[in-house]
Amino acid sequence: MDTIDDITGAPPPAAAPPAESAPPAVTRVGDRVFLGLSRGSGITLLVIMAAIAVFLTVRAVTAISGDHGNFLTTFQWNADATPPVFGIGVLLYGTAVSSVIAMVLAVPVAIGIALFISHYAPRRIAAPLAYLVDLLAAVPSIVYGLWGALFLVPHLQGLNLWMDHYLGWTVVLKQTYQGTASRSLFSVGILLAIMVLPVITNVSREVFRQVPRAHEEAALALGATRWEVVRMAVLPFARSGIISASMLGLGRALGETMAVATVLSNSSTITSHIVDPGGGTFAQNIAVYFGEATPFGRDALIASGLVLFVITLIVNGAARLIIARRKEYTA
Amino acid sequence: MISVAKRIDVSGLSAYYGAHLAIEDISMTVEPRSVTAFIGPSGCGKSTFLRTLNRMHEVVPGGRVEGKVLLDDENLYGAGVDPVTVRRTVGMVFQRPNPFPTMSIYDNVAAGLRLNGVAKRKAELDALVEKSLKGANLWNEVKDRLGKPGAGLSGGQQQRLCIARAIAVEPQVLLMDEPCSALDPISTLAVEDLIGELKERFTIVIVTHNMQQAARVSDRTAFFNLAAVGKPGKLVEIDETQRIFSNPSVQATEDYISGRFG
Ligand SMILES: Nc1ncnc2c1ncn2[C@@H]1O[C@H](COP(=O)(O)OP(=O)(O)OP(=O)(O)O)[C@@H](O)[C@H]1O
Ligand SMILES: [Mg+2]
Repeated sequence: MDTIDDITGAPPPAAAPPAESAPPAVTRVGDRVFLGLSRGSGITLLVIMAAIAVFLTVRAVTAISGDHGNFLTTFQWNADATPPVFGIGVLLYGTAVSSVIAMVLAVPVAIGIALFISHYAPRRIAAPLAYLVDLLAAVPSIVYGLWGALFLVPHLQGLNLWMDHYLGWTVVLKQTYQGTASRSLFSVGILLAIMVLPVITNVSREVFRQVPRAHEEAALALGATRWEVVRMAVLPFARSGIISASMLGLGRALGETMAVATVLSNSSTITSHIVDPGGGTFAQNIAVYFGEATPFGRDALIASGLVLFVITLIVNGAARLIIARRKEYTA
Repeated sequence: MISVAKRIDVSGLSAYYGAHLAIEDISMTVEPRSVTAFIGPSGCGKSTFLRTLNRMHEVVPGGRVEGKVLLDDENLYGAGVDPVTVRRTVGMVFQRPNPFPTMSIYDNVAAGLRLNGVAKRKAELDALVEKSLKGANLWNEVKDRLGKPGAGLSGGQQQRLCIARAIAVEPQVLLMDEPCSALDPISTLAVEDLIGELKERFTIVIVTHNMQQAARVSDRTAFFNLAAVGKPGKLVEIDETQRIFSNPSVQATEDYISGRFG
């Protein structure tokens, strides 16, 4: 959980404020060596990152200029055919839909668990529960994938039929597919929800714990019940923290590869019925095709990866913006 | 308006933090429609005792209370008494002003009213908010910016906002724990004047480290002391303020008040 520090506003350890009035400069050998080392590693890092960026961009541009379809709107992914025709239409849709489902399911549950751990459960229960949630984060994603494909998907059959029967009129939840088990975006969304639950829970819990005692006591002294304290003092104070926690979870859902690749039956069509099988996501698409791709096919996959990278950057940037505003506000 | 102030009768009250006995065997009577001041050295348990009067002590992990607190005739610690109800009857103002940071001035005052569900209609709520802010001598300063955040007020204004929030729900007793210790002298005077007005309607208990303040605002004064660090705090005596400050019946009180303490 290296991200928690960012959320909770701990200052980066490296940034020491410069001394106000510089005392007569006494340079020690150790200081100079350390300065050289740290400056050197900083520069190395920048060079490596620039090299990666240049490499990826060049390959991506090569691929996109050789594309005989429209890179943004084409549904199929035939990068290895002649002529190559591929586009991210399906991936964009599938990534968005599965992530939205994951968020809708995971955020309320995560907030509930976090609140329970920080404000309701006796310490005896809270600590093991928090540990259990951490454990959930430690499960490798391929294990989630296998569990999803072998257990979750077959067991979703009943739920899918039920939703089709009662909520089919929403179109979104209508099942047109007649098979037994559905390796759909909906199944993927549920799996992703479980996978992002720990991040969101842990960060929210941390934020809830930081609500000043004085605010909670103010509410208590007015005669608020426990739930009213949460509503009056805890949730409003933690709102931006919850948002950034969710963004972190969203980042993880967007980039999840193995689990999605294992569960989703990929196709080059999109459907508005989320419980029908088929679809694709960026990360899953890369995992599926990378092994057998020609050099040009790999460049095409790199191009799609770059798009995912930009999306993740935007999501993270938004989260950081919110965190920064929160800092100003609580200062 | 009808006064709802009540008498408090404490008998044999002890409070613990886990295994640590913080105050021991305290008995006293707090008269209605008067101001009672608690004085005593730091750590003698004034805050702890004050918080047992509205059952706020037990929200501290490990907090536990023995003994009786009668509000008129009802024991606050009786079986089946809901602490939430007690806190709606016995209001509290804290040492550091603590308006809800995410709420506007208006919403801060209305917070308790909304909890109680007293005021259903907007007009009703508006009237009660205005009345409470007037009661806290804050109305004229904030009437043009009720929608602004409560945290944007000065410390003294914030404390009066907290008083407005506390009195909005018409408690029978108002507890104040060093309400002026974070305020400048002018704001302190404003709050002291306010206490003088509020005692017409409420039973007020105030903890203070400021002897002049105790002498200025209170009708009766209780002196607490502890035998040594780590020992439980005890009530030494409670009497008319004027008597405590001129001719106390216990030597320790006189020593403390005249600064010959320790
Ligand atoms: N949350 C707590 N947990 C454990 N012990 C506490 C806690 N709060 C107070 N105490 C202890 O209880 C005793 C009484 O504390 P209390 O805060 O009531 O004193 P006080 O008279 O209000 O002091 P002050 O004048 O400094 O505010 C002290 O020994 C203190 O260490
Ligand atoms: Mg105190």
